[in-house]
Amino acid sequence: MMIKGYEVVVGLEVHAELNTKTKIYCNCKNSFGLEVNTQVCPICMGMPGTLPTLNEKVVEYAIKMGHALNCGINRICKQDRKNYYYPDLPKSYQISQADIPLCHDGYLDVIIGDDVKRIGIERIHIEEDAGKLLHSDKFDGSLVDFNRCGVPLIEIVSKPDLRGSDEAKAYLETIRSILRYIDISDCKMQEGSIRCDVNVSVHKPGEPFGTRCEMKNVNSFSAAVRGIDYEANRQIALIEAGGTVVQETRRWDDAKGESISMRSKEDAQDYRYFPEPDLLTIVVPEEKVQYLKDTLPELPNAKIMRYVNDYSISHYDAAMIVDVPEKSAFFDKCMNVGCKAPKLLANWVLGEISKFMNEGTAIEDTKLTPEKLVAIVNYINDGKISTAAGKTIFDVILTEDKDIDAIIEEKSLSQVSDASALEAIADEVLAANEKSVNDYLGGKTNALGYLVGQCMKASKGKANPGIMKDIILKKLTK
Amino acid sequence: MNLYEYNAYELSSMLKDKKISSRELTASVFDRIEEVEPKVGAYLYTNKEAALAKATEIDNAIANGEDLGRLAGIPIGIKDNISTKGIPTTCASKMLENYKPVFNATVIEKLEAEGVVMTGKLNMDEFAMGSSTENSYFKSTKNPFNTECVPGGSSGGSAAAVAAGEAIVALGSDTGGSIRQPASLCGVVGLKPTYGSVSRYGLVAFASSLDQIGPFGKSVKDVALLQDAICGYDKMDATSVNRSYSSLYDGLSENIAGLKIGIPKEYFGEGIRPEVKAAVMNSVKELEKKGAIVKEISLNSTDYALSAYYIIACAEASSNLARFDGVKYGYRAQNCDGLVDMYEKTRSEGFGREVKRRIMLGTFVLSSGYYDAYYKKAKLLQKRILSEFNEAFNDVDVIITPTSPFEAFKIGERSGDPLAMYASDICTVTINIAGLPAVSVPCGFSASGLPYGMQIIGKKFDEQTILNTAYAHENIFGAFKMPTL
Repeated sequence: MMIKGYEVVVGLEVHAELNTKTKIYCNCKNSFGLEVNTQVCPICMGMPGTLPTLNEKVVEYAIKMGHALNCGINRICKQDRKNYYYPDLPKSYQISQADIPLCHDGYLDVIIGDDVKRIGIERIHIEEDAGKLLHSDKFDGSLVDFNRCGVPLIEIVSKPDLRGSDEAKAYLETIRSILRYIDISDCKMQEGSIRCDVNVSVHKPGEPFGTRCEMKNVNSFSAAVRGIDYEANRQIALIEAGGTVVQETRRWDDAKGESISMRSKEDAQDYRYFPEPDLLTIVVPEEKVQYLKDTLPELPNAKIMRYVNDYSISHYDAAMIVDVPEKSAFFDKCMNVGCKAPKLLANWVLGEISKFMNEGTAIEDTKLTPEKLVAIVNYINDGKISTAAGKTIFDVILTEDKDIDAIIEEKSLSQVSDASALEAIADEVLAANEKSVNDYLGGKTNALGYLVGQCMKASKGKANPGIMKDIILKKLTK
Repeated sequence: MNLYEYNAYELSSMLKDKKISSRELTASVFDRIEEVEPKVGAYLYTNKEAALAKATEIDNAIANGEDLGRLAGIPIGIKDNISTKGIPTTCASKMLENYKPVFNATVIEKLEAEGVVMTGKLNMDEFAMGSSTENSYFKSTKNPFNTECVPGGSSGGSAAAVAAGEAIVALGSDTGGSIRQPASLCGVVGLKPTYGSVSRYGLVAFASSLDQIGPFGKSVKDVALLQDAICGYDKMDATSVNRSYSSLYDGLSENIAGLKIGIPKEYFGEGIRPEVKAAVMNSVKELEKKGAIVKEISLNSTDYALSAYYIIACAEASSNLARFDGVKYGYRAQNCDGLVDMYEKTRSEGFGREVKRRIMLGTFVLSSGYYDAYYKKAKLLQKRILSEFNEAFNDVDVIITPTSPFEAFKIGERSGDPLAMYASDICTVTINIAGLPAVSVPCGFSASGLPYGMQIIGKKFDEQTILNTAYAHENIFGAFKMPTL
């Protein structure tokens, strides 16, 4: 994407909160939305004399992401202290990783329109989250909620390989999808479980990269798009007016739709990183690194391609199913229990199942099982029941644990596909509707629909409409 | 003889045999505190009622035949940088003047389980930074052998309390000599255990990679008893070492026939008072008579150790002490104009001069552009020092040096000159850099009656050999004699 002849270069630092049961350095529960300062202990509140001990799940989760993004794994690495003062940081340092990240030098293939673009991943490291400042009208000053202190984070740093906000958005969506598939993050933007810092520069094609600005406080994917566009336009306008872009950190104000300078490169904070002396070197056994690689689930892009190639589902539909891990998992289960019509199944997953899921009902909240849906789909595919009958059955089995065949029996939903029975009906209807027969033979082809409709009516809706139509056609053209 | 004059191991048998009660013993110690504390000033906090109640509880438990530790019923003092639940833990700083931890340090939990009676919290140099206990925000502690002199530091309160009979044994902490140097200056025994053998959980950190809690006692046996009670792996401290720790007390032996003692010439050079050298060498000769083999060795990097120590210790301290920012607990300056002003005023007013000096030093050596020149080099030097010791220990079993280059000095004599004060630690800091165990034992007196101390250094986790050497030495030179106060 070009703006006014300039190429917009973007690099992203994505911070994702991991969904481990406990925090990274203590046994406090890692959960969002609970009463302020209740998920805390002396350790995550940084009280004097307390010491951190590493939650090994955090290392495992980060390595999973490393594998998913094709990274090298530094199975021997360390943790470092990043020193700075802020009231939400109780120790006045954040335990992070400086020069040796857990994962390094990977890539991610991102589907952008009809193309696939490979985006370089510089590093992934583990660190702890800080607390949150709260403000209240009833209180003159700031309050601190320490619940989030020590929530584990991974920071995923891309290379400046993205061009413009569209690619950035596609990259972010792919990252989010992977995080969900390997089940290491809840990815709830509104809860701040994914946040990003955006680096933007502009240059004319063929010229060297421009000076970059870093933008902080980007809290949603749409804000990232707006922020990148704003920042690119700001830099271009500056250059066009004869000015130069200075390296600085800016703060994105999404409500105002603009970025504000926070500090220049000269004022950059000196974090005085040094190795965390309270923690030992991280040493992950080779076998564990390999095990985490071998047990990685199928990733979203691979899944989409499999649906397209193996099941002949359209790319659009495949992407829609894969976008929601629960839908895709259900789809896969259905295929595993003998579904004979994947395209038809896809319609059901994107239709009826999406309908109740969009209303906030999860599949496990219903009585639906893969076996039952597959029975319905296969019956429709075989012509044993009509699509309408399928939906009738579906509505029943959502709330009742009933046998499909019993429902068909009970509601007389099975289709009549037996040729001799259908021929008898056809003979009767044709005999009773001489005018329509003559209309058809006289060239009014839409009379056929009427005749089929009359047959369906005569069969009380049970006739297989496809076969019925064939029989009538055959009789009319005799 | 008063009960407070006895050793813990003696009192332990007397309590077990019901010859005395813990209540009597505790009362005796508190009588002594009331008598001499105005002269010594070892304590920042005492609670006689709580101690007597605890003693009664232990007496009942003993009467009921409950299975208690060897230190059950023994009055013990705790350095004020070790967290005690609900009891002030000030680190002798204005910054934490009103701070009461909500949890116990692991060593306190272990001692509670053992059934000890805590007398109170002991004075120290602010945040364990100093060698004289003059850096305490609250008061100076006096040396029981001469109350015009310092007791050493930073665990000066712990050493003085044990020497004066104000506690039977005590806990201190040692980052660069803070147990051994005051033990030496107060004529008692003090052990800095191997890094990783005692949990640091609950010890308010000065320099995380060097800090270690350890015991003070009037005898080697007492130090062994207390070390047995506090050592061991703790899952709350990632740097604590998971291994088996056999009883040092049960393993004590004065047989040192064939023991190879290394004497590093670098520790007997310039800056060490000749009388101190003579006293240490006299002790070594006596050990030789008992069958030890003495060898001169060389530890080349010793000259650089003090620099490396101050870089590493200050760097870590600058980060460890950053949490004292006025936001959550402790001192907060009043009438501040915004957040940054609050930080600056709180830390300017809350910390003493020496603490601020070290924070600034540490901040400087970690700064971008200086990290490689200072911190990184110091860490390289640390590796070299450790490998030198390892090499030396291929040939010898223990290494003996003076503990302090000089005996206790007058209060105020060195406090105006940081470098003169830092010189107190030239024989001890290297041991923390290398993470080794070392014990200081008394080895004679100056003409004016001030104690000299000798440092016995061992291999990692070989506390037994250094305590055996110390035990043999104690049996030659006789038991501790309490000074007249």
